[in-house]
Amino acid sequence: MRAHAGLDVDLEAAGGGGVRARIRRLRSEGAIVLRPTRETLPRWADRWDIPPREAVSVRVVAGAAGPLGGDHWRLDVRVGEGATLLLGSVAATLVLPGTHGDESLSEVNVSVAAGGTLVWRPGVQIAASRCRHTTVARIDLADGARLYAREEFMLGRHGEMPGDFRQRLRVTHRDVAIFDQELSVGPDAPGWQSAAITGGRQALGSVVVVDSAPNAMDPFGRATLVDCPDTAVLQLSEHAALISSLAADAIDLRVRLDRAFAPFTLGRSARDVYGAGRSP
Amino acid sequence: MTNVSRNLPALLLLTDGRFPAGGHAHSGGFEAAAENEGTRTLATMEQFLLGRLHTVGLVAAAFAAAACEVALRSMDGRFAAGGAETGADTEGGNLHELLSPLDAEFNARTPSPVLRTVSRRLGRQLVRAGRRIWPNSSLEQLASVPSQGLHQPVAFGAVAAAAGQPPECVAIAAAQESIAGPATASVRLLGLDPFDVNAALARLAPEVSRVAAEAAACARFPLADLPSRGGYLLDISAEVHATWEVRLFAS
Amino acid sequence: MREASSEGANTLLATPDHIHQDEQAPLVRRAEHALRIGIGGPVGSGKTALVAALCRTLGNELQLAVVTNDIYTTEDADFLLRNGVISTERVTAVETGACPHTAIRDDISTNLEAIEELEEKLTPLDLILVESGGDNLTATFSRGLVHRQIFVLDVAGGDKVPRKGGPGVSTSDLLVINKTDLASYVHADLAVMDRDAKAKRKDLPILFTSLTDDPTAASVAEWVREMLIDHAR
Repeated sequence: MRAHAGLDVDLEAAGGGGVRARIRRLRSEGAIVLRPTRETLPRWADRWDIPPREAVSVRVVAGAAGPLGGDHWRLDVRVGEGATLLLGSVAATLVLPGTHGDESLSEVNVSVAAGGTLVWRPGVQIAASRCRHTTVARIDLADGARLYAREEFMLGRHGEMPGDFRQRLRVTHRDVAIFDQELSVGPDAPGWQSAAITGGRQALGSVVVVDSAPNAMDPFGRATLVDCPDTAVLQLSEHAALISSLAADAIDLRVRLDRAFAPFTLGRSARDVYGAGRSP
Repeated sequence: MTNVSRNLPALLLLTDGRFPAGGHAHSGGFEAAAENEGTRTLATMEQFLLGRLHTVGLVAAAFAAAACEVALRSMDGRFAAGGAETGADTEGGNLHELLSPLDAEFNARTPSPVLRTVSRRLGRQLVRAGRRIWPNSSLEQLASVPSQGLHQPVAFGAVAAAAGQPPECVAIAAAQESIAGPATASVRLLGLDPFDVNAALARLAPEVSRVAAEAAACARFPLADLPSRGGYLLDISAEVHATWEVRLFAS
Repeated sequence: MREASSEGANTLLATPDHIHQDEQAPLVRRAEHALRIGIGGPVGSGKTALVAALCRTLGNELQLAVVTNDIYTTEDADFLLRNGVISTERVTAVETGACPHTAIRDDISTNLEAIEELEEKLTPLDLILVESGGDNLTATFSRGLVHRQIFVLDVAGGDKVPRKGGPGVSTSDLLVINKTDLASYVHADLAVMDRDAKAKRKDLPILFTSLTDDPTAASVAEWVREMLIDHAR
């Protein structure tokens, strides 16, 4: 089944001379149901000093189970200048095989305009046995746009080998690549369980942070952390960092990603430094 | 003489383990895998090579082939304008500038800062060797730019172009190189039987061809569509390896 | 490629008569590039101690830097730093992938890279000492890497070593036979070593040293000064 959903978020003038974020377009289709929520930004995002009314939150409710073999899902998202979007999913996504063993494809394309912010938390994706699925997420950032993208994968349900599962995340700044990496596991990915890729671990995840504020990446000073095995904090550039982690299961993975991300959560917000209502 | 037989001797030279471009000091992540992941048997070593080949090997081969394609076009332009020795940057533009977008894309596919540094260092060493071995004014442009240098696969494509290689051969060479280095390291590190290790490389030959064909097919793709398959543990353990006090290999 | 012809004639150096007229292409020497001296020899013969002594003795009169080639650590570089004979930015430790002789002879690209970085960072340098990882008697430096090489033996290795020869003993520009203060303890006959070494080396110089007795390595330092004069000529 093909489904093409769309979401546009913009800042617009509000009463009293201020601005607020507004969902300009929300188009669900087929199995991709977009649902606005009243979630607030995570606490660590205080450092970005985003007034609550300049952010909106939307969750993707994947209809039924899915994606199934043969599905082609596409979600196009635009975050307007200065606006903030918190985009998540309702539950873990289970990627299952179709009845005819067809491939399924999910595509997410996001553009974030100048000064905009995307917090992308698609939740855990579980690659079930015999699935044949490809996910491609492309995120393009304009000048001063910020990104937090956290992805977690379970390679097979408990005690199960995954099918062919490929997931690519490409982050660009004005179409110039910052980060581009594809995970490829399953029978069509020879050697994926070897010590070059997963070393037999069943959970794998990453956090990509992009923030062009001066010294924003300073909290990620150390590549390796005590008490946080199989995890690295990798500086991609002056303004971008990747946390990459592997673990035996999803719980361990979550702990490791949280621990490696923790230094970033400790940063004081501009609001603390300069007082409410003023930008630095 | 066929194209293949004309090109083959230079290709053999370029892929010889003794080619003086610094590769011998690197294990391609094998030293870290042997220590951290217990990759100490022939079977696990072979799986390591297989995984490496299909991830970073594929990416390296695709970028090498793409760089070769660009470099050949640049060099052809100059040949058409009156021979390689004229030297002036008249045709095709400066090779360094032509390869920069490709280099930036490879950079984005190398998340480990340690491995980015290693790759640029090996790229510089390759250009250093290549310009002496296959003198070419386009390669001189790569060496004369004051910068950190190109990533190894991009430099490899350029040097191979100067050696007269077509992208298909460059992809084979780069794919093979992605496993030959770690295989040699396994002999030095673990004392694995060199006959067994070479037998493993021979078994992997069809896989190398497959990966090289896939890589060569991408050589003319838009940059965004070049492969980006990641070696997740390779990245993580490269950072750990760099902190070891005692190590036999630089990476 | 370094094109000698593109340089002014006054920057070119004549090749000294007695050295390097061999079949390999000689390194193009330019005064604006530092003199590079390789220091090789078996494990434990005192290479690092000699480098430390030369740093101590020559460090005040020359701009110098050191490249170490350890087998699997940065121990030699650390030794130099710990002893305070040279500052951190003047030492680069090259990792050799378990094959120290490869890095100084067959594939010199990593060492050349390190040298170039030092020259860029510390211009102008007069002297770069390249210390090899401890290896065997066959390990020598490529002429593409260094201008001159010193091979260091020690008497504790036995007085037969010079007789065994090998390219290090026979062809190095200077043979240093170190730890002479131990000769009587290990029953090494210095006269035998001198005789055998001379037989192998014809007119090439040999120096006997004891870095315990003379921590300045005065005789070796003097030889280095002569080479510097040659190099700048």
